[in-house]
Amino acid sequence: MKFAHNPLLAELLPAWRARLMLIVMMALFGGLVARAFWLQVVNDEFYQRKGEERFSRVLPTPASRGRVLDRNEQVLAMSTQVSAIVAESRPTRSDAKANPKDIGAEKLSPAQIRQLAELLGMDHREIARRIPENRGRSYLKRQVQPEVAKQILALKLPGIRAEPEYRRYYPHGEVSAHVVGFTGMDDNGLEGIELAMNRPLTGQVGQRRVITDARRNVVEDIEVLAPPRDGGDVRLAIDARLQFLVHSKLKQAVTDHKARAGSAVVLDTRTGEVLALANWPTYNPNNRDQLSGPPLRNRAFTDTYEPGSTIKPIIAAMALESGRYTFDTPVDCSGKLFFGRASIGDAHSHGTLTLAEVIQKSSNIGVAKIAGTFKPSEMWHVYDQMGFGSPLRLGFPGEAGGRLRPAASWKPVEQATMSYGHGMSVTLMQMARSYMVFARDGDLIPLSLTRVDTPQVNGLQVFSAQTAREVRRMLEMAAGPGGTAPKAQIPGYRVAGKTGTAHKLEGGAYANKYIASFVGFAPVSDPRYIVAVMIDEPSNGVHYGGQVAAPVFSDIMNATLRATGVPPDAPVPALQMAKNSVTGKEGW
Amino acid sequence: MLRLNLLLIAALVVSAVSMVSSQHRSRALHTELERELTRMRVLETEWGQLQIEQGALAAHARISDLAETKLRMRAPDPNRIIVIDSTEAGQ
Repeated sequence: MKFAHNPLLAELLPAWRARLMLIVMMALFGGLVARAFWLQVVNDEFYQRKGEERFSRVLPTPASRGRVLDRNEQVLAMSTQVSAIVAESRPTRSDAKANPKDIGAEKLSPAQIRQLAELLGMDHREIARRIPENRGRSYLKRQVQPEVAKQILALKLPGIRAEPEYRRYYPHGEVSAHVVGFTGMDDNGLEGIELAMNRPLTGQVGQRRVITDARRNVVEDIEVLAPPRDGGDVRLAIDARLQFLVHSKLKQAVTDHKARAGSAVVLDTRTGEVLALANWPTYNPNNRDQLSGPPLRNRAFTDTYEPGSTIKPIIAAMALESGRYTFDTPVDCSGKLFFGRASIGDAHSHGTLTLAEVIQKSSNIGVAKIAGTFKPSEMWHVYDQMGFGSPLRLGFPGEAGGRLRPAASWKPVEQATMSYGHGMSVTLMQMARSYMVFARDGDLIPLSLTRVDTPQVNGLQVFSAQTAREVRRMLEMAAGPGGTAPKAQIPGYRVAGKTGTAHKLEGGAYANKYIASFVGFAPVSDPRYIVAVMIDEPSNGVHYGGQVAAPVFSDIMNATLRATGVPPDAPVPALQMAKNSVTGKEGW
Repeated sequence: MLRLNLLLIAALVVSAVSMVSSQHRSRALHTELERELTRMRVLETEWGQLQIEQGALAAHARISDLAETKLRMRAPDPNRIIVIDSTEAGQ
């Protein structure tokens, strides 16, 4: 039998079967090609992205908040990186399946929790309470020092991580607290300059997408989603040296006089810069627990008071400006001045005084009589130009504008009281600024909390230079022998200024409580600085501006002139003696 | 023809190997860059802390306290101060 003649082989298969097979196989191949096309070409991007997602992560690029500096680049506020300790829990249904990598904070043993509590300086029960029971995360403690965080991470506790965050430090503490303000937990400004300049100070956290390897090392930058931008520094006009001097003198005065509060500001007459601004009581911005209550108030900006006699020089300037009065025009200041049933008097009767003496002796009757020769609208206009009744708009949060009613509603007695600073209210900052007119030659330049490198040369001309010079002489008399504030004097310098003693309003009536204030400038030959002091409710026997506020002015101004090296413009009486002692070879 | 092919194959192999090695180098450099950036941040933090420390140590409140208590310094009385004319002093 020959194989060639196998009848089975001789039986030809139908041709369509082979063709069918071919078609089926081709179809399968086609399916594969189509699938490959689908994956590689049509949906390429989608899968590429999916793949990257397995290895790529978005990392934040930290950006810090800018610093707050004083005029000489001393750091007043600065952020530094600290850590937030976070506990992450991720319980799985069966412990047997749990991957050791997947164990979270819920598995911490009591001993580990105690270890953690010790490092964090917290109660271990508190920590146990904070660890989330279910899947989730919570802060154990925020603002932890980097060294502590490092120690905690070294324990390699499950589910315990450290996240970077910033903490703000204020090296000068309470001294510059009211100007600088403070930030919240999230590094956002809440008070002071921190709030006013929040936008320029705030940094922009960046984001970048990276590829990481299995050990989570970054191996490749894919793209920068958002570049980080560090916050800018803010350079204040404040001089930290002066700020400290003002702070300590003010603190001393408030304590000595058993006063409720006090404020003091130092202005530069040439640039309009606020060189120092202190309030008492104050607070320590580094201590988060005490950031509430009245000590937070920046009284120089937010509290209004009746300025009292410190406003009188403005009336004197108006009198000179009108041409109806000169330096020596006599004014009858005797007796009392009656407005219907109301009367105005002086603490001591003066008889007839010259215009200059009205200011020197601070006669209420005198200024009220002079003010009576003006229309209410004229007086209102000058007060308004001087900046009373509306906020200075230095960008400081919560700044008060004070009260200055429209002239149309003034009764004659009110016009009279307003001439010596009652029936209106101002902030200490407004008061200090208004003296710019006398310290400069009759013009008013805007104030600045930030450093000014190119000062405005000419401001708003309120009075003529001649008037300003004459008022300066009157104010020097007021701070001299026979004036209301001889205690404002500083050996070696000519000073000028005006006292104010105002009753406090309580429930619409004047109470037996006072606000003693003093506003002045020095050296008179070429005024460089304005110092304004306000002491609220001095209650240690004396309450007059000349006794309470003038010595503080003298202390602050003296320290300011010394610290900035302003040459004396008055002879020191005892200078000769000192020279003799040098030639006498006294050892020093 | 054969020679050209061999040449091309050699070029291909060289290019492929160098591609791999450059990829590797790029990753190594990148890791190093990351490490340096981390170090930069650590140093920045330290610099910040030093600045704050300096600020706290140089705070006027502290200096004045030390000067008064430890060194027994005080501001001179006005009659102990001699004013020198600055134009005179320059001569």
